[in-house]
Amino acid sequence: MARINSAAELEELRKDIVSKRDAAKPCVAICAGIACLGPGNDRVISAFEEEIRKQSLEARVEIRATGCHGFCEKGPIAIIYPGEICYLQVTPEDVPEIVSQTIVGKKVIDRLVYTDPDTGEKAARQSEIPFYRNQMRLLTGNSTRINPKSIEDYLAIGGYAALAKALFEMKPDQVIEEIKKANLRGRGGGGFPAGSKWQTARNAPGEEKYVIVNAHEGEPGAFMDRALFTGNPHLVLEGLIIGAYAIGSHRGFIYTRHDTPQLRENIAIALAQAEEYGLLGENILGSGFNFNVEVHLDVGIFVSGESSALMRSIEGKAPEPRPKYIRTSVSGIWDRPSNLNNVETWANVPQIISKGSGWYGSIGTDRSKGTKLISLSGNICNTGVVEVPMGTPLREIIYGFGGGIPNGKKLKAVHFGGPMGGSIPESLIDSPLDFDVLAELGTSLGAGDMLVMDEDTCMVEMARYFLDFLSGESCGKCVPCREGIRQMLKILTNITKGKGKEGDIQLLEEIAGVAGEAALCSLGRSIAKPLYSVLKYFRDEFEAHIKEKRCPALSCQELAASGGAKEK
Amino acid sequence: MSEITLQIDGREVAARKGMTVLEAAKKAGISIPTLCHHEKLEPYGGCRLCTVEVEERGRTKMVAACLYPVEKDLVVKTRTEKVDRIRKMILELLLAHAPDAFELQDLALEYGADRDRFEKESSFCLHCGLCVRYCAEVKKKNAIGFINCGTRREISFIPEIASKECWNCKECFPLCPTEALQAAFVLTKALVFPSPLSELKG
Amino acid sequence: MDNDKIDRIINKHRGKAGSLVQVLMEIQEENHWLPREVLEKVGEKLDVPLSRVLRIATMYKTFSLTPKGRHEIHICTGSACHVRGARRVLETVQDLTGIKPGETDSDSRFSLETVNCQGCCALGPVVAIDGKTHGRISPDEIADALKKYD
Repeated sequence: MARINSAAELEELRKDIVSKRDAAKPCVAICAGIACLGPGNDRVISAFEEEIRKQSLEARVEIRATGCHGFCEKGPIAIIYPGEICYLQVTPEDVPEIVSQTIVGKKVIDRLVYTDPDTGEKAARQSEIPFYRNQMRLLTGNSTRINPKSIEDYLAIGGYAALAKALFEMKPDQVIEEIKKANLRGRGGGGFPAGSKWQTARNAPGEEKYVIVNAHEGEPGAFMDRALFTGNPHLVLEGLIIGAYAIGSHRGFIYTRHDTPQLRENIAIALAQAEEYGLLGENILGSGFNFNVEVHLDVGIFVSGESSALMRSIEGKAPEPRPKYIRTSVSGIWDRPSNLNNVETWANVPQIISKGSGWYGSIGTDRSKGTKLISLSGNICNTGVVEVPMGTPLREIIYGFGGGIPNGKKLKAVHFGGPMGGSIPESLIDSPLDFDVLAELGTSLGAGDMLVMDEDTCMVEMARYFLDFLSGESCGKCVPCREGIRQMLKILTNITKGKGKEGDIQLLEEIAGVAGEAALCSLGRSIAKPLYSVLKYFRDEFEAHIKEKRCPALSCQELAASGGAKEK
Repeated sequence: MSEITLQIDGREVAARKGMTVLEAAKKAGISIPTLCHHEKLEPYGGCRLCTVEVEERGRTKMVAACLYPVEKDLVVKTRTEKVDRIRKMILELLLAHAPDAFELQDLALEYGADRDRFEKESSFCLHCGLCVRYCAEVKKKNAIGFINCGTRREISFIPEIASKECWNCKECFPLCPTEALQAAFVLTKALVFPSPLSELKG
Repeated sequence: MDNDKIDRIINKHRGKAGSLVQVLMEIQEENHWLPREVLEKVGEKLDVPLSRVLRIATMYKTFSLTPKGRHEIHICTGSACHVRGARRVLETVQDLTGIKPGETDSDSRFSLETVNCQGCCALGPVVAIDGKTHGRISPDEIADALKKYD
């Protein structure tokens, strides 16, 4: 492949790719995401390859191993185009029948399509399944349409057109202005306006500047960034290159987890392809703009997702948050201006540049724009990744997309933001998905990880769980965080074991208050957030554990003797 | 370096740009307690005992004086109810580890910290990092370092280096606010030189 | 692990930012643990003090400073698995193997680790044994599964 040297050549190539494709050619898109690896999507893919070969259909049928389709609960998933027939929980044994009946015979196999658990109604096409029907899949909708290892697939759906537009039709300041007007807020947890951050990095003195993709995704229950990045790496890369151009950066970093081989592989392939096509490296698309990207890996600690700790890690140092009072967008990696955004934030950039801030601003709420990826997990019927407009009521996410609570149990609480977030009770689930509304309620949208808990969940135990998590995942440098976690964890463990004392709640609040004010980094100052939210909404559960030695959810085993826990 | 003035505890204080609040306070004779600070070492910000309240453009926040840069017209309060409450808690958390450390006892008196607030912890180390940083930054030997993370973080001599360097140096010993360092060294020594009993006693 | 292999890994990353973590990670992936002499060698070659090598090696969960057993059990204790009963599964495995997370039994049969979210929450509680995923597993089922490994 020869390099693309101009915007016109890019469009030529795109036309060429599309013209060689036959929309009527059958294609089976199989989810190769990590969630479906356990149930054997790799074996399903092999079975399709074998069967297609057996029936000598190689030239007539395309097999596409794609990124996550989102409906993890029903994986492995295979969609047969052009009819968009969606088969769920496919096994290798089903494959010969699918090939003969559906791909060749154009008939739907009833037993493999979605059946509504309440009405028994069937839905054969993906877009008819309730889980997908009301989503707004601006970022994830193409995941079934492209092979993440193929840059041509991305180009065929209009990929890198936004980059060309930014490079040739816009000045860097105009790009930043557009992102500001769109009010794109950081998807990593803080909800900080991306445009302002870019502006700070652009204005900061110094020739050498860096841009970073935070693909660390360390919160338990968060798996949407992995799904998006693995399934459509070029989308994130395109956003990053646009950001680099706007900020004036020529070197970028991708910081991601080491333990997701598919993600590592797809990123590596995407980088190599982009370079080969002239979309990365020197003189990108003939514009004179140079930009290179390198990948760094986290090898397993939560604190390295904190922005300054992440940057120290890239420098080769221990991932400890930096204590200095200076923003990383002014002084980050090697004390140079460094702009960090998470995967989903970068992925939003190309569509804002292509379709404009006006269009983007029409989606979402007053102050939270666009769509948000949510990874739904816990006691929920449909675990998976959904993409919905900001402002969607939580109830709709839980009952509409999520299918409600399994085993006839009642919903108790929803937790956002992992160990730095908070829980809200069932009574508040009519609240909209919105950065500021959730913050006011004492939780935080976080990265979009939404943990659903049923009535059997003990909220005191959940507060203990998150501190236990942090006890091994914080850096341990500053006293309020390290010792605060140690003592709060001890007190909470005692309470769940029936050894709670009068005054424990006050002591917890006192320690939490000091950690929240005096800890060194944002992680340290947030360690008590889950606890605070539980104290706010479920204080009576604490009282029951401490005063009556009783666990209302019947979950704490050690309280069995005095009123009962049940065996699960 | 340009001179600026800021306000600390109601007093106008002159400072040079680039100074920290702690340095400016010290120059003006205002004392702020510290544990992990040392003039020869890079500011660390670990103990948070030097937390003070600053007011900037109408907003107050708690910051570590050892790291916070002075600014023109910055208003600093080194003793407020909130500051004292934070220091008291930090001291109580640390007293669980080293109830008999002199430095902590003096401060505990000042801030009304209760040495028995928390159950005693088996480790005596306060993680001020003075030994680790002194060895790395001043002596450039790296004979002692931090290992592990979170609540399991601790200091550890590197026997391969300690056996060559430490016996004749020990300059970090007087820096330690507790006896923990010496204990750790004795242990390492016992592991590295398992033999003469006299040395163990010495 | 032979010296040539270590040298190859070191040479591949030498001079690059963050090379220490990358080198240790590749050695861990190849060798399943990081022997002391390997850490010394890595420090020497990359010109990083041993104290810093040890700090990095003890900070990240992936690195092991002790040899692993023949079978590696990874139990997810992420929040989704937690609310679906991962704790009971972990307790069962601890009881049956006699080891805690981070340990290897005296016969070197099993090593046990807890891991944070693996991103397959639909399968919770999840246990991986030698990389094979066991999803929606109950304490009884994990007890049965363990019998198949010797």
